[in-house]
Amino acid sequence: MNDMIIPDLVERELKVVGTRPLRPDGMDKVTGRAKFGADMHVPNMLIGRVLRSPHAHARIKSIDASKARALKGVKAVITADALCDLPSEFVPAGEMMVNFRDITRNVMARDKALYEGHAVAAVAATSDAVAAQALSLIEVDYEVLPHVIDVEKAMQPDAPLLHDDMYTIGADPKPEKPSNIAKRVEFGFGDLDAGFAKADVVVEREFTTKPVHQGYIEPHACLASVSEDGQAELWCTTQGQFIVRAFCAKLLGMEVSQLRVTASEIGGGFGGKTVVYLEPLALALSREACQPVKMVMSRTEVFQASGPTSGAKLWIKVGATKDGTVTAADALLKYQAGAFQGSPVQPGAMCAFAPYELENVRVIGFDVVVNRPKVAAYRAPGGPIAEFAVESVMDEVALKINMDPVDFRLKNAAKEGTRAPYGPKLGPIGLVQTLQAARAHEHYAAPLKANQGRGVASGFWFNIGGETCASLNVGEDGSVAMVVGTPDIGGSRASLSMMAAEELGIPLEHVHPIIGDTSSLGFNFLTGGSRVTFSSGMAIVQAAREVIEILRDRAAKLWEVPMEEVEWVDGHARFTGSGEAKSLSLVELAKTAGKTGGPIIGNAAINATGAGPSLATHLVDVEVDPETGAVKILRYTAIQDAGKAVHPSYVEGQMQGGAVQGIGWALNEEYIYDDKGRLENPGFLDYRIPVCSDVPMIDTVIVEVPNPNHPYGVRGVGETPIVPPMGAIANAVSHATGVRFTDLPMSPPRVLDAIDSNQAT
Amino acid sequence: MLAGKPECIATQYTSSNTHREGKTLEMDYQTPTSAEDAAGLLSKDGAHVLAGGTDLLVKLRAGMVAPKLVVDLKDVPRLRGIENDSQGWRVGAATPCAEIGEHAAFAAAWPGVVESLELIGSTQIQGRATLGGNLCNASPAADTVPALIAAGAVCEVVGVKGQREVPVEQIVTAPGQNSLARGEFVLGFRLPNPPARAGDAYLRFIPRTEMDIAVVGAGVALALDAKGVCTHARVGLGAVAPTPLLVGDGAKALIGTKVDGGALKALAAAASAACNPIDDKRGTVAYRIKVAGVLARRAAGIAYERATSRK
Amino acid sequence: MTKHHVETTVNGNEVEFLCATEQTLLDVLRDELYLTGSKEGCSSGDCGACSVMLDGRLVCACLVLGVEAQGRKVETIEGMASGDTLHPLQQTFLEHAALQCGICTPGILVAAKALLERNADPSETEVRFWLAGNLCRCTGYDKIVRAVLDTAAQMRGATSKSGKAAKKAVTEGA
Repeated sequence: MNDMIIPDLVERELKVVGTRPLRPDGMDKVTGRAKFGADMHVPNMLIGRVLRSPHAHARIKSIDASKARALKGVKAVITADALCDLPSEFVPAGEMMVNFRDITRNVMARDKALYEGHAVAAVAATSDAVAAQALSLIEVDYEVLPHVIDVEKAMQPDAPLLHDDMYTIGADPKPEKPSNIAKRVEFGFGDLDAGFAKADVVVEREFTTKPVHQGYIEPHACLASVSEDGQAELWCTTQGQFIVRAFCAKLLGMEVSQLRVTASEIGGGFGGKTVVYLEPLALALSREACQPVKMVMSRTEVFQASGPTSGAKLWIKVGATKDGTVTAADALLKYQAGAFQGSPVQPGAMCAFAPYELENVRVIGFDVVVNRPKVAAYRAPGGPIAEFAVESVMDEVALKINMDPVDFRLKNAAKEGTRAPYGPKLGPIGLVQTLQAARAHEHYAAPLKANQGRGVASGFWFNIGGETCASLNVGEDGSVAMVVGTPDIGGSRASLSMMAAEELGIPLEHVHPIIGDTSSLGFNFLTGGSRVTFSSGMAIVQAAREVIEILRDRAAKLWEVPMEEVEWVDGHARFTGSGEAKSLSLVELAKTAGKTGGPIIGNAAINATGAGPSLATHLVDVEVDPETGAVKILRYTAIQDAGKAVHPSYVEGQMQGGAVQGIGWALNEEYIYDDKGRLENPGFLDYRIPVCSDVPMIDTVIVEVPNPNHPYGVRGVGETPIVPPMGAIANAVSHATGVRFTDLPMSPPRVLDAIDSNQAT
Repeated sequence: MLAGKPECIATQYTSSNTHREGKTLEMDYQTPTSAEDAAGLLSKDGAHVLAGGTDLLVKLRAGMVAPKLVVDLKDVPRLRGIENDSQGWRVGAATPCAEIGEHAAFAAAWPGVVESLELIGSTQIQGRATLGGNLCNASPAADTVPALIAAGAVCEVVGVKGQREVPVEQIVTAPGQNSLARGEFVLGFRLPNPPARAGDAYLRFIPRTEMDIAVVGAGVALALDAKGVCTHARVGLGAVAPTPLLVGDGAKALIGTKVDGGALKALAAAASAACNPIDDKRGTVAYRIKVAGVLARRAAGIAYERATSRK
Repeated sequence: MTKHHVETTVNGNEVEFLCATEQTLLDVLRDELYLTGSKEGCSSGDCGACSVMLDGRLVCACLVLGVEAQGRKVETIEGMASGDTLHPLQQTFLEHAALQCGICTPGILVAAKALLERNADPSETEVRFWLAGNLCRCTGYDKIVRAVLDTAAQMRGATSKSGKAAKKAVTEGA
């Protein structure tokens, strides 16, 4: 395993990378042939269903499933004891940490149901109708307990306690009593008091955000089959088949190599499909029934029991001098984790002020459990929440000192060498370039009318690398089967095969990408953290270079010359020594492989490091109806540093999709609970994600400041686009109305109320 | 239907997209071909009407209803189609909204009614949803109902005892409840031929631009004399009370005026005063009261424009 | 009888199936006929992933009973291409990168085809409102709307070209 590929930033003319070819998996997706999580049928298949808690917080006194078991057609009934109880142990999962003690309790409640929709039992039966009937026959005796869903109430000493053994990690002194505060984090440096003392202007504000769901259109779905000898297969929609294998094996007490997991086509994830929900249950049911078991969540279940990201309470204070220099920045972030610890408050705290070069900065964050579904990663987890608040305050500071908000950001922008608030010095980053592009953009100078406002905000996200394997198998006809272990959500088969074709110097149509199952490659970390084009791309480049070495060696053997005198150019081995020019194409070498040394394959198993942060600046114009509070997005421009856009269309797609998810987060999306802690809007009717007629075209500007740690300069691009929209839109609405908006979503009743209250004063 | 117990956990969490086996189920399905047969079937215990199905199928999936018999009315004569004669318009109650919207002459006569039915759900929903279903589902927030009330539409109600005519505003009695007797259903809607210098309009407020349930809906129909003075007006409101409302004071605010600023202000005040809304996930009491006035005023403005531009 | 025997036409093929009353057309397509191209995102008519044509009218298959398909014509994404020739919308969606994860794509293609059959020259606003019932969470709709507008332009061009060609042939014939 290599820890890192030596950077070799390509300066040659690129033939494939940077172009816009058709995606290799496209045909299946426009014809309905592509198989997603729920699209698999196998013989002898049972249907599994989950019984879920109707209470937000309840002790499970007993579960009597005898009547369900007795029902004709029921083949398996499980409760928590079908899964292993596991000790508290933190392991990394994307940008977040997970704890197996909590995972096993989240997929099936043990002693207590901790949120409405928490799984308490599951059945497998010969039909969906029988399974549903079986659920109604399971008798659960609940002792309903007081619940808490608000983050600040949950932090109170007298709040209902979710976990008796939760002592705040990171608190000093170590707490003597348990609480709902799982963790305290702190980042920063400098002297805040001195910094604020130097400031001519100080802005201090509180903000709230609501939990929002990733909103993938494909519900969670899987199909498990465990044979009598314990060998198991699992088909599921996931961002990481190897993570599913790791989690399920642990929960079922299996060896990982007993379980083969195949990732189906995935109908959206955005971080929400980085964990397991149904998969361990389907395996446990199949193990009991010795028949395949298919499980699919309803949309209601998706909203009640998967995702979302945290809601939060935030406090931000920023000081600046009249010339526009930020002198101090302070933040307090309180994030809801849901029923188990693990909100993204840590990454949120790390990137809150990361777009800025600061001398005096502090961020304190709290991870707080509440009786809501356990949060899952959602696109730049933690970042959008904190940066919405920070970007709102930065806008207000700029306004107070009469400085253009783009100029204000340029004056304080983080750049190469800036010490990030979370410690290290940043490498080359492209924030300044995005701000310059924003200022130069025609959008920024376009006139506005009455009730309209323009907002700007920037955003930062780290991006990650991680364990990655890939293989390139050169067929006897010279075509190349490319196997990677990272599910393709948004076009990565295109970008990865483009890099393979570029390296090998062969036409793209001869590279055929496959997402391998867990038996076909070594461990791959999941598709998350914007890491696939970066990490799998690195592995592909390494595997391609291994293939080229072999090809050069074969040509050298055929020509009976030293390998050093054979170079690889444009898909051909070329003799560079003195004498007659010789050339053999990849196809020719592949055809004779059997005689020159056997099959030609390139493998890479790396731990990719050196991911480069991607920064963005967004511009948005809104119009507010002063009589109804409705906010219309008139114009939107997203500008982002991609490092290198391998397939620019799919980079733009990430920027556009992230911006529109951000529009939903800013304006209408929220979890609404009743006083019993039950979700009132678990469906697409009242959980209002943007529809096509809600948004304008999303203009994009791709900036390319190469990441020196990647052979093509790639940075991750998938997550950053959701960081700036909420701040940009809040700033735009504030400018259109003259009222500062600090609470998301800015739904019509809230906007109208704020306008009316402002006019009354 | 499942365990036959709509309130049980199992049906609350009804999953989907999987095979459902028939033998544990006892839901029948019939397609009567005459109004008499339909009325007879609907008189049976546990019978439920199927027209467009856009409400019924959602309720079935959610376990909110468990009918023993689904009576599909689409083969009943005169339930589908649009007719016009000197007496006025007749729209079959099970005519898909998309079909009504495509009827150019009806859209020219009652643009506000067409606006309202083109706001129901999506294009896909409008391909199935019907005026009869939208009314009889008895949601306070149904889009077509305030517009039909404003238009003065009357329902042809058919039952085992024969046919009767009922003004639209008398159908919905409470959220989810209507005044139809067992076995009765709506066969069609009758609307007058609008007189010269008449116009109608419907506006609703939703948080998005499409796909939401109305937070407030307002329909206004009015007619002017040769001097531009309002001689007739009807105002309907939706989503602001347990049932869609006919706002008499709203009409009074307009009749006898030239629908000027003062009249519109009085209309807004009357509309707001008529509201008796609730706080829910879609809007607040204060919001609905204020926006009802705003929308009634704006809809009246549009109706007035239409009336003045119509010869 | 516990199930209904239904005879219908799907993508031009005569098919028969058995279904219970409460099985939706989507259940039948996916689980009885194994036509899984129509997707289930919500089963409440709110996402449009199951969009199909029923007697030439765009509907959500999740809001139609399977038994209602008796004697009618159903068209799904599986019938959109003819042989190995993609419908222009399918081809243009690929060229415009108008899909990312692809789960909403079948429904959007079926809906967009229905639009272009009714309106050969839709405005951006008309496209956006027609497709408002088809949720897409990946693309932000930009490339989808562009692909539909571009396909419409291409098809108009093709129509007018073939129209001109036909006219020319007639003239020459005369």
